[in-house]
Amino acid sequence: MSKDLNNGIPADTEVILGILNNSENVLKRLYLAYFPMVLRLIVNNNGNEDDAKDIYQEAIIVLYNKVKAGDFELSSKLKTYIYSVCRRLWLKRLSQLNRYAGDIKDFQDYLVVDDEIENDRERDIAFNKMGNAMQLLGEPCKTIIEDFYIHNRSMQQICENFGYTNSDNAKTQKYKCLQRLKKLFFQQK
Amino acid sequence: MSENELLEEIERYLNGEMTGEECDRFELLRKENADLNSRVTEHKHFTALLKQYGERLEVEKRLDAIHNEIDVHALKDELTVQPSWVVQLWRNHQSKISVAASIAIFAVLGTLFFTGYLSNREQNYVRLRGEVAKISKKADNINDKLNSLNRPGKVSNPAKFRGTGFALSSNGYIVTNYHVVSNADSVSVQNAGGKSFSTRVVYTEPQSDIAILQITDPSFKNLNPIPYSIRKSESDVGENVFTIGYPGNAMVLGPGYLTASTGFNGDSTAYQVSIPVDYGNSGGPLLDSKGNVIGIINAKQSQVEGAHFAVKSNYLINAIHNIPADSLNKSLNINTHNTLAGLSLKQQYKKLENYIFLVRVYNQ
Repeated sequence: MSKDLNNGIPADTEVILGILNNSENVLKRLYLAYFPMVLRLIVNNNGNEDDAKDIYQEAIIVLYNKVKAGDFELSSKLKTYIYSVCRRLWLKRLSQLNRYAGDIKDFQDYLVVDDEIENDRERDIAFNKMGNAMQLLGEPCKTIIEDFYIHNRSMQQICENFGYTNSDNAKTQKYKCLQRLKKLFFQQK
Repeated sequence: MSENELLEEIERYLNGEMTGEECDRFELLRKENADLNSRVTEHKHFTALLKQYGERLEVEKRLDAIHNEIDVHALKDELTVQPSWVVQLWRNHQSKISVAASIAIFAVLGTLFFTGYLSNREQNYVRLRGEVAKISKKADNINDKLNSLNRPGKVSNPAKFRGTGFALSSNGYIVTNYHVVSNADSVSVQNAGGKSFSTRVVYTEPQSDIAILQITDPSFKNLNPIPYSIRKSESDVGENVFTIGYPGNAMVLGPGYLTASTGFNGDSTAYQVSIPVDYGNSGGPLLDSKGNVIGIINAKQSQVEGAHFAVKSNYLINAIHNIPADSLNKSLNINTHNTLAGLSLKQQYKKLENYIFLVRVYNQ
């Protein structure tokens, strides 16, 4: 790859391949390429830079999940797609905050992307619940669960990290933690 | 089997750590035991969700790391569209400006309403008979004069309306406007010397706004021969004209020009003249510089300076011809001999004084 390609705005197909391959470089270039566009949209429509960050990251995650799930079809420019998702998310946020004044100042063309966002709603709610449950779980359960189920560490490593004398103790601890986590998760409405 | 052992079995099964034999046995157990089956499914979903949650956190962390490399503030200043100072002023002081504007509008409308400006905008055609009641001060003056002029023993009401009239013949026929004497209970005229004479209305022609009066007062003595004649043909625009009338209690000369050959809204029975006249001038003669009567002053256009109207003299001649013979108890001969031609305006005015009357109208 040439140096130019490493630094400039990535080509749309390059982004999709990059996400599928977990390329750090492509994600970074993607992020840097379109953030100014979204910042401009948000700050000129009653938002601040933090709102822009939230909305932009949400949109990138929407794209990321779609690409990962394999059902992303590039029917327009990626730039337009990201702008449209951000626009839709921001309109929704504005009306939730009762700050929507009835019109929005646009800086480029956009598509109608309502379905794209609705699909992600349920998953977002589940993730929120999971986040809350993890917080309530407390240490050392949280780390054990994270290490085993998220980072795919072996029980051997976990035993060493926590100083358990045998792996059976660690296993028992892990299952207890998992039971509690399930309980905390399903208790939430 | 304890809870933990069950979980361990499920996990081993899902992770594919079981041997072929164990796996078959477990699957058989799953088929037989619905409870176990649902627990397996639930565990599978939950761990998958946990995994995805971890991935999401990971992505967010990566995005945050990238985000921290951006100088957001500099970028924000660069990208913010600065609205013009007018818009900024409006946004910052919107409520104050709104209140101020409402007060201003209210004040303006209130002022216009109370000054009557709103109700009287349209240009109107105003008859020039003097409505005495309008001006109470003037009414008082008239009252005083009337009382001092009346013969002893006769009680008189103040006149309700007032206009001007001029003599048609030396034996007491006078012409004025129909609108001056309409609805009158009684009409009297006053000459330049201040003497009042009672009259009767001989004939009216509302469509051309003409009324013929006759002095019936026994104290009336015939006038000298009328010095002016009545012009039959139309006069030309631009001609020097003048009128004499009673806008107040004194006779006033009004010089001016004939400015149009039609009247209000193109009315072909009237002339438009530019002459200083006021309420009370109605019925006064409009004379040209040679001393011919060319019209009768009757109206003006409100809110326009210098647009006054006069009925054309040929309608006066027609009206005189139209008088039924049995309503005339003295002969009415129109004077055709003009003795004013060639005189200066000063001399003409002096000669005319005795033939112009103040018409007073009384009604309930």
